[in-house]
Amino acid sequence: METLVMPAINFAAIMPETILSIVAMVLLLLNVFVPGEQKAYLAYLSLIGIVVAFFSVVSGWNAPLPMQEGFNGSVLQDNFSLFFKAIFLISAGLAVLISDHYMVKEECNYGELYPLILFATAGMMLMASGTDLMTIFLGLEVLSVSLYVLAGYNRSNIKSNEAGLKYFLLGAFSTGFLLYGMALTYGATGTTKIAKIASAAALDATLSSNPMFVVGMLLMAVGFSFKIAAAPFHMWTPDVYEGAPTPMTAFMSAGPKAAGFAAFIRVLMVAMPTLKADWSDLLWILAVLTMTVGNIIALSQNNIKRMLAYSSIAHAGYALVGFTAGNGEGTAGILFYMLSYAFMNIGAFAIIILVGKKGEPNNNVEDYAGFGVKHPVLAMIMALFLFSLAGMPPTAGFVGKFYLFSAALKSGYVWLVVIGVLNSAASCYYYLRVMVYMYMKDPVEEFDWMKLSPAIWASIAISAVGVIVPGIVPSIILQLAQKAILL
Amino acid sequence: MLGAYLPIIVLVTIAILFGLGSLIFSSLIGPKKPSEVKLAPYECGCEPVGSARERFSIKFYIIAMLFILFDIEAVFLYPWAVVFKKFIAAGLGPFILAEMGVFIVILFVGYIYVWKKGALEWE
Repeated sequence: METLVMPAINFAAIMPETILSIVAMVLLLLNVFVPGEQKAYLAYLSLIGIVVAFFSVVSGWNAPLPMQEGFNGSVLQDNFSLFFKAIFLISAGLAVLISDHYMVKEECNYGELYPLILFATAGMMLMASGTDLMTIFLGLEVLSVSLYVLAGYNRSNIKSNEAGLKYFLLGAFSTGFLLYGMALTYGATGTTKIAKIASAAALDATLSSNPMFVVGMLLMAVGFSFKIAAAPFHMWTPDVYEGAPTPMTAFMSAGPKAAGFAAFIRVLMVAMPTLKADWSDLLWILAVLTMTVGNIIALSQNNIKRMLAYSSIAHAGYALVGFTAGNGEGTAGILFYMLSYAFMNIGAFAIIILVGKKGEPNNNVEDYAGFGVKHPVLAMIMALFLFSLAGMPPTAGFVGKFYLFSAALKSGYVWLVVIGVLNSAASCYYYLRVMVYMYMKDPVEEFDWMKLSPAIWASIAISAVGVIVPGIVPSIILQLAQKAILL
Repeated sequence: MLGAYLPIIVLVTIAILFGLGSLIFSSLIGPKKPSEVKLAPYECGCEPVGSARERFSIKFYIIAMLFILFDIEAVFLYPWAVVFKKFIAAGLGPFILAEMGVFIVILFVGYIYVWKKGALEWE
């Protein structure tokens, strides 16, 4: 009889995930045992859980290596994953803050929303700290299944139903690609551990030209590209973002996109550095396509949620520019950019939620006519978010883009940067168009249906601070991001 | 390298040609004497009754889904029980028992949720 050895388990490495899962389960039970239609208390309880998890993320920063590793090397809570976990928690927190208002207004206040957001966040965290392809896949599934439900959450709204079903079908399809890629990689290297894949490829030079290994990389790239909504795998994004409840659109565009990047970066940069010649060409093409397709289609959009969906495709393209660079500066740029993007995008969506009537019949750009006259403060903050999305100084969006493009220049991708800057200039048109309507058109509506709750104000204020402060003193965040890169 | 796949390509080609060939030749050469019985969809020899495109109640779907969830829990308990003695011998008994306790508690939370939501009531 062989003796069984205790596997190396380290619960500290999955502390934030554990906290969120426990809080989510408690909320799930509270939701069925506490009667009544009022669900705001669930939002506040989940905020407490998110804050506690955030403290656990902060306390794990710069921890010694034995504290980071867990579960026989399937999980590694390094600074890279901690930075991403902070992004996920911030976007989950902001999404929770803007949810109650929207769900009450749309009469779909069922309460399961908050546990689902927390489970999705736990899944994202597992993706970011997974160092085994199976752990990454598990995290991805926990995230995706929660998101499918969240996209179709407004079950009496046909568009939300369409979003949920479409996301589910296409998401399941893309998961198949990812899993097939993982299977082929396992077949070629005999392991699913990321570090061991890298050492197998370093030892055996023929592996870099082994079609099984290369196709495995390609298929995984397809799966991750779907999650980050990179063209040509972006087809689901506009419909899902438009149909999903607005707070969930905000959440989806910030958190899960960052989670996709986290796993994508770790798999390509840590597990497959030997294939860098292959994947940097691939990422170059993906980046150019994603930026161009996103921006060009966004130019003709009238629905503001759909416009921001295409804009989020374009932003994934900018982040891919930094990824193509393949150096530390590029990774730090992506970390910085994903954090700023979470703030500016969720902030913009918070204002869209405020402006929208029930059923969102007024989400077109024309409906913002005269918003600047009726609500000068909110319009100014919206303008700030839009300037940041367009990448103008002194906002976080400008600094983030600057770092991404300069990292690509450093690696010699001059043409990529030229295309990126041209795209960024083209994107000004559709962001500024909203501002033209807000400030230069006469008001058609009174905007008297808008109800300002303290929670929405808090989320808008936090987002505004998160856009301005890194824009003026970027070194605070950038130094953290530079400590978080994978070597 | 790619030469290793040649037999598979040959096999796939032959399979496609054989399948297509038999279909084409039987439709070209075979006699055609259609009758109502011959054209009816095959249903185990019975006469077809109604359309197959019927809508089922969502209750079946929920019960089937819940069955799979709790079925997998039970399936996972068996291998755990089989190796449990080995873990006791290795001095890991309490830990492994606690781990299974955590697993069951998590599923139990789901069970209570499903029960309180009324998903187990048929009427």
